[in-house]
Amino acid sequence: MRDVLGRALARPWIWSFIGALSVWLAAIFFTGGHGGGGMLTAALSLAVFTIVVGVGQMFVVTLGPGNVDLSLPANIGLASAVAMTVMAGEDSRIALGLLAALACGAAIGTANYLLIWALRIPPIIATLSASFVIQSIDISYGRGLQIKPPPGFADFTNIQILGIPILAILILVFTMGAGLLLQRTVFGRSVLAIGQNMRAARLAGIRVNRVRFTTYVLSGTLGGIDGALLAGYFRGANVDIGNEYLLASIAVVVIGGTSVAGGKANIPGLWGAALFLVLLLTMLNTFGVSAGVRLVLTGLIIVAVITAAGGAETAR
Amino acid sequence: MSSGSAAAKGALPVLGARNMPRLLRALLPALSLALVLAGIAWLNPRAISYFGFTLMLNLAVPIALATIAQMFVIAGNDLDLSIGAFVGFVGCVTATWLREAPLLGAITLLGCIAVYAALGALIHLRHLPSIVVTLGMSFVWQGLAILMLPKPGGKAPDWLLAVMKLKPPLVPFPIVAAALIAALAYVGLMRTSYGAVLRGSGGNAVAIGRAGWSLLKAKMTLFACAGLFGVLSGLALIGTTTSADANIGNGYTLLSIAGVILGGGEFVGGRVSPVGAVIGALTLALAASPLLTFMRIPPDWQVAANGIILITVLAARVLISRRDAEG
Repeated sequence: MRDVLGRALARPWIWSFIGALSVWLAAIFFTGGHGGGGMLTAALSLAVFTIVVGVGQMFVVTLGPGNVDLSLPANIGLASAVAMTVMAGEDSRIALGLLAALACGAAIGTANYLLIWALRIPPIIATLSASFVIQSIDISYGRGLQIKPPPGFADFTNIQILGIPILAILILVFTMGAGLLLQRTVFGRSVLAIGQNMRAARLAGIRVNRVRFTTYVLSGTLGGIDGALLAGYFRGANVDIGNEYLLASIAVVVIGGTSVAGGKANIPGLWGAALFLVLLLTMLNTFGVSAGVRLVLTGLIIVAVITAAGGAETAR
Repeated sequence: MSSGSAAAKGALPVLGARNMPRLLRALLPALSLALVLAGIAWLNPRAISYFGFTLMLNLAVPIALATIAQMFVIAGNDLDLSIGAFVGFVGCVTATWLREAPLLGAITLLGCIAVYAALGALIHLRHLPSIVVTLGMSFVWQGLAILMLPKPGGKAPDWLLAVMKLKPPLVPFPIVAAALIAALAYVGLMRTSYGAVLRGSGGNAVAIGRAGWSLLKAKMTLFACAGLFGVLSGLALIGTTTSADANIGNGYTLLSIAGVILGGGEFVGGRVSPVGAVIGALTLALAASPLLTFMRIPPDWQVAANGIILITVLAARVLISRRDAEG
C-alpha cells in the first residue's frame, strides 16, 4: 500500500490533482455540501479551453529552454473573429468556420516559425512580436464585429451529458490522442529528444527544423480552434477573448509537471492543473473575497503548489 | 562564445577587419536608436530639441529602470514575468503611503526588495522554474495593488515630482537619467569582481560553485538588484504620471524583456549588456509612440508597427552575428 502511494506521489502530475481535489473540498466544505456537482460541471466547461491551448503550449515548451508561444492570446482573438465571420450565424456553415479558424491558427504558427527559423529570433521575442502584429490585424478586422455564433454551434458548446459537458468528453479523447502522439509516434519522440538535447537529436538524424516547425504549427492550430470554441461558448468573438490564456496556458503546463527545461512532457497533469486553477477561482468566489484578495491568494497558492511539486523532483 | 561575450560586455574590441562584425554587433543597439531618432528628425525636425526630448523620453526613464531590473534576472538565466505588476504595485505604494506616511511607505518598498531576494532564494533552493514563480507573483503584486488602490488616483510625493521635473542645463533630464542608470548598472555588473561572479552564475553555475562562491547568495543578489530597480522604476513612473493606477505597469513585463534582448542580451549564459539594455529601452520608448505618431500610423496599427520594428532590429542583429560566426 505504501509502495503504491509512494509511486503515485512520485508522479509529477499527481500534485495538480491533489491541489484540484483540495480546493474543491474546501469550497464544498464552505457551502456546507451544496453545489459540489454543479461546481465540477462549471469547472469542466471552463477548464477545457485552457487544456486545448495547454496541449499546444506543452508541445512547444517541451522543445527546450526558451521555447514558448506567446502569440496564443492574439491568435485566439483573431481566430474567434474569423470563425464567427465565416460562420455568419448559419448552422450550415459551422464546419467551414471551424476550418477557417484552424487555417488561421496554422498560418499564425507558420509565421511564428518563419521568424524563429529564417531570422533566428529567440522564440519568446518572435512569438511576442508576431502577437503584436496579429493583435493589430484583429483590432482592425474585428472592430464592431457583432456576429453571434450559429445557434447550433452555440448550443453544441453548452451540451451536457449527466452533468458532464460534451466538450469535456471530446477534449478528453483529444488529450488521449495527444498523449499517444507524444509517447508513441516518431513525431512526439522527436519533440522529446529535441527538448533533451537538440544537438544530439540532430546528430541522431532527427530533422530538427521540420519537427520544430510542426510543433509551432500545432500550437497555432490549437489556438485557432480554441478561439472558435470560445466564441461559441461565450456567444460572440472578442479581441480580448484570449487574454487570460497567455498566463493560463503556461501555468497549466508547468503546474501539470511538464519541465520548463524541455524534454519532459505530461498530459494528465494538464487536466489536473486546469481543473485546479478553475476550481481555485470558484473556491475563492464562494468565499466571497474581493478581487484583490482573490488575485493575491491565487498567486500565493500557485507558488505554494509549485514549491511542493518542485520538492518532489529535486533530483535534476 | 568568448567573442560574443566580449561584444556583449560593451567593451569595444580592437579595430580590425576581423573585428568589424563584432563591433557592429556591439554598436547595433546604438545604431537602431540612431535610426529611430533619424526617422523622428526627418518626420518632425522640431522634435529634436531640448523640450522635444524631454517630452518624448518622459516615460523612457521608468522603462529603462524596469529593463535593468529584468536584465539582472536574465543574467542569472531566469525570467521575471512579474516585473510589470511589481512596478504597478510600487507605483500604488508611492502614490499613497509614501506620500501620507513616508516611513511606512519606505519600509514597505524595502520589504519588497527583501521579497525579491527571498524569491531568488526559493527558486535556487527548490530548483523551481522562475517563469512559474514570477507568474504566480504577478498575481500577488496585481492583487496587492488593487487592494491598495481600488480606483485610479493617489498623488506622488512632492520631492519625487521635483526630482522628475529637474531641468539640467543643455542635456534633457531623461537622457541624463538614462546615462546615470546605464553607468551604474555597467560598473556594478561589468566592472566589479562580484559582478563577474553574478554573470558567471548564469554562464556556468557549476564552475562558480566549484570556485567557492555561494550560488544561493548570487541568485539572491541578482533578484534583490531586480527588486531595487523595479522599485526605482515604480518611483520614476509615478513621479512622471503624478498619480497611480493598479494596472499602470502592466505593459512593462514584455517591454523590459524586449529591451534586454534588443540591447544585445541573451536568454541563457549570463550574457547581458547594461548599456545596451538602456539603449534598447530608449529605442522602444521612442519607437512605441513618438515615431509612430509622427508617421501618422493609425492607432489600430501602432502595436503591429512595434512588432515589426522589434523584428527588423533583431533580424539585422542576426545577419551581423552570422557573419561574425563565419568570419
